Amino acid sequence: MMEAGDSSLLRPSGGPPVAPQMARRVAILGAIALALFAVIFLRLWFLQVLTGDQSRREALDNRVRSLPLAAPRGSILDRNGTPIVENRVATVLTLDPKQLPAKTRADANAWGQEMTAWLKEPRRTRGTAPPVPPPATPQVAQRYRRLAGVLGISAAAVNERVVRQLAQLPYANVAVKVDVPSSVRNYLLERQGEFPGVSVDQAYIRRYPGGVGAAQVVGAVGEISPDQVGSDEFRGVLSGGTVGQEGMERSYDRYLRGTDGTRSVTVDANGRLKGQRVSREPRPGNSLRTTIDAGLQKQGEAALASAISGAGTAGAFVALDPRDGKILAIGSAPTFDPAERARPIATQAEYERRFGEAAGAPLFNRAIGGSYPTGSIFKPITALAALEAGLITPDTPINDPGFLKVGEQTFTNAGRQANGTVSLRRALQVSSDVFFYSLGRDANPLEGQVIQTWARRLGLDRPTGIDLPGEAPGTIPDRAWRATQNRREIAWEKRTGKRCPPDCLYSDKRPWSVGDNIQLSVGQGDVQASPLQMAVAYSALANGGAVVKPHLGAAVESVTGRQIEAIKAPPSRKVKIDPTARQAILDGLHLSTVEDGTSADVFRDWDQDRFKLYGKTGTAERPPRPDQSWYAAFVNDPARPIVIVATVEDGGFGAESAAPVACSMLSRWYRQSASCSPGGSRTR
Amino acid sequence: MPFDPLIVVAVVGLAVISLVAIAGATSDDIPGAPDYFFTRQLVYFLVGALVALVFWRIDYSRLREIKVLCYGLLIASILLVTAFGSVARGSRRAIDLPFFSFQASELGKVLLIVSLSAFAVEMTRRSADRRVTARLLLLGLAPAALVMLQPDLGSALVYVAITLTILLIVGVPWQHFAAFGALTAVAVALSLLVLPAVGVNVLHDYQKERLTSFLHPSDVTGTEGYQQNQSRIAIGSGEKTGRGEQATQTRYDFLPEHHTDFIFAVVGERWGFAGAALVLSLYALLIWRGLRILTLAKNLYGALVAGGIVAMFLFQVFVNTGMTVGIMPITGIPLPLMSYGGSSLIASMIAVGLLQSIYAQGRKAASGKGRVLTIQ
Repeated sequence: MMEAGDSSLLRPSGGPPVAPQMARRVAILGAIALALFAVIFLRLWFLQVLTGDQSRREALDNRVRSLPLAAPRGSILDRNGTPIVENRVATVLTLDPKQLPAKTRADANAWGQEMTAWLKEPRRTRGTAPPVPPPATPQVAQRYRRLAGVLGISAAAVNERVVRQLAQLPYANVAVKVDVPSSVRNYLLERQGEFPGVSVDQAYIRRYPGGVGAAQVVGAVGEISPDQVGSDEFRGVLSGGTVGQEGMERSYDRYLRGTDGTRSVTVDANGRLKGQRVSREPRPGNSLRTTIDAGLQKQGEAALASAISGAGTAGAFVALDPRDGKILAIGSAPTFDPAERARPIATQAEYERRFGEAAGAPLFNRAIGGSYPTGSIFKPITALAALEAGLITPDTPINDPGFLKVGEQTFTNAGRQANGTVSLRRALQVSSDVFFYSLGRDANPLEGQVIQTWARRLGLDRPTGIDLPGEAPGTIPDRAWRATQNRREIAWEKRTGKRCPPDCLYSDKRPWSVGDNIQLSVGQGDVQASPLQMAVAYSALANGGAVVKPHLGAAVESVTGRQIEAIKAPPSRKVKIDPTARQAILDGLHLSTVEDGTSADVFRDWDQDRFKLYGKTGTAERPPRPDQSWYAAFVNDPARPIVIVATVEDGGFGAESAAPVACSMLSRWYRQSASCSPGGSRTR
Repeated sequence: MPFDPLIVVAVVGLAVISLVAIAGATSDDIPGAPDYFFTRQLVYFLVGALVALVFWRIDYSRLREIKVLCYGLLIASILLVTAFGSVARGSRRAIDLPFFSFQASELGKVLLIVSLSAFAVEMTRRSADRRVTARLLLLGLAPAALVMLQPDLGSALVYVAITLTILLIVGVPWQHFAAFGALTAVAVALSLLVLPAVGVNVLHDYQKERLTSFLHPSDVTGTEGYQQNQSRIAIGSGEKTGRGEQATQTRYDFLPEHHTDFIFAVVGERWGFAGAALVLSLYALLIWRGLRILTLAKNLYGALVAGGIVAMFLFQVFVNTGMTVGIMPITGIPLPLMSYGGSSLIASMIAVGLLQSIYAQGRKAASGKGRVLTIQ
């Protein structure tokens, strides 16, 4: 079979099929083949069987990116379930980062790292924040300008948003503008060629149906700040998440917030979207049922707004249930539209114009944060202290010639009006300053400073503990307080080497005097309290000695309205009040709303038989400003009792502007149609 | 005409797996044409099967007569491609024909086997002569050197493997292999270390990177490292039985060249260890049958051709799969009978046809002598 020319080392004809040498070499080739296959097999075994799970994870990481899926926030409802704040689905205009040059992401990443480092430095030494990098290329800058033009924002704002968001979530679409009108959305989507990478997404934003108001109380949501990430308060919220930043949105954030879901986005090697799937459904936040009565709130806001449209410049009101401290209405003026506040504001100047000092600091909740001298609405406290201390009985007569001379100083009634000989009831009815001056004078030497003691017992000089951030503690001045102030002033002057100016925080280093106590007895001088604190003190008078803890939260409800958790009214603090003393004070307060009482003309058509009214005007002197108007009132209706305190800064006499606000709210609450016109009483 | 059914089993098995793998991996590659690569590969297989049938029917021994023509064609086609070929990824490897881009170095592998074996048969009388060895080596290494210029390192290495195997089978003394080995070591040292140091670069930087990147697989920043890392992830993520339709590594383009050089990674990801082992077993079957046919050949020429074909398949399979599992450098060697590509596939099918021809001729010769071969 072999050809003639074949080599001798090949198999001889008819012999064994293969020559031994070749057989050996074929065997070598076979052995090499076997070895090579064995190597590949072993490697495959190692890769796929022994360590395959690790590679499987890497493959999944390769293609799946997790993006947060915002959970809708819970609503805030009034006591009847009427929504005060709810969610609205808004169109968010987004920009696909893949459509931007790679340098944009690199820049954003670098800036994010600088920012993180900067935030870690101590606040005092860290200087200004690292500047946001400019657009990566002129083309990108041009695109930002075009987009900004359509959206009505600045190109710098577009750039900043892109950088900020890419630094946090490098793969997620950048939300350039939230709540884009549909016309703008359609315009952009129809011109995809001119606006590459622009698409729309949906987001939940807050809406405020019905114009209930309570803007400062409801508060606002906002992006979690770098300092807040990881704090106990906002546990589990990732950077970039939205949390309650003010008001009830903040204090009840953990109920309202919900749990964000996760969207798993599958991408190919070029980052192109291949599919997406919700890997964890967002859990919507629960609703908060509050104690607020939307109707009463609206009424209060409207009355206060009309009061400050006149002489007044600012003001606040609080209405609460004296039995347990449920807040029925709470407002502060000037106020603002919370929806407007939720929108991004272009510039700092614009922000100042709307929300700054010049606009009357509308974000400031004066109802809980305002510290004011209370004027004559303090008098019932002085009266209670004097009665309890035995300084007077309900019928002790005191002559009021219109002024009281104590040492060198003369203290006068408003307009030096003489009231003749008055006892407690009449003194409250006509708001005789001289009557209370003499109580202040006589209480001063007593052991334990009884007026201050009773003021504190009724909840002044400390936060009430309301479930809102931003409460002011107020001040009840006494000997120790004055000594502390003087010490602080001296220390301050020593530290700064300057003289404390007359309006400086402290005082003029004079010791406590009887004059201080006299001022306190009529709610003047150094005394400071918030409308809320006064409402709590009047509640204690109204209910006979329970110092309530005011609160807004009533219940936590699911999205479907099922109650999940009732928020129990926090327990009240009991104060023992002598019933006869209380009755005398209540008589006086009622008298002040009838006959020739200080607020009688405001309430002249009030149905006193059905809803017996107790009220007290206050006129706090705040030189050089005009007087601040106060009114405190309550009705001990068995079914729907209410305490209302209203104040109007620069509003003049109590009956002039604050009493009409309270009257208007009471009318609403008891469905009365009192005219509530400003009263003419010129007393404090 | 007798034929080896096991080779048919191996080839058809590989063809089917190849087609299914390509269909799955490339469905998203060309928008609107999910079957583009599948259809073309199917046609290549059918054409290749016809070609294999033709080669099976003819007596391979007659190719000896045209050895000079074959060798000339080999050299000429390489030169032609180097001079006029289309450039793909920095190298000229193919001539664009209508409907088909002809990659000359693939057919060159078969041409080299056929012609070099013929030269070797002629020189066997003096097979212990150094000059014979040197001449055969020169004949084998010349085309290798030429394809290096394209540059096509992978094909060059295949040519070297073929040459060395033919020398092995033909009976070149071990000393000659040792000497060649020593020379190679010196040449490698010169080209990789000494010459670059004096400013002469034999290998392109990308070639050096390819050759060395598998040594440090954790560095996945470069293209080569990236490919190899993604390939390793793809195969590993297949685990025991594969990810089936969830095979995202290859479908979502994380692994480039998934239908050509990295087709084995597609198999590994989709069908896991089971699939990869099956493919390897089919290759092992093919190699075993090749070695078997080598011993059955009716003449030395047949044995040498069979040896060359075995070497061609074995070397390509090992280097290609080794590359996908991260133990061999990336050299651009396709997986014979599986990687997408007409030139490689038809060259492989010619080789299969030649093996069948050698088998058939061997059997006929044996039966012609009245001997009954009981062994297959």
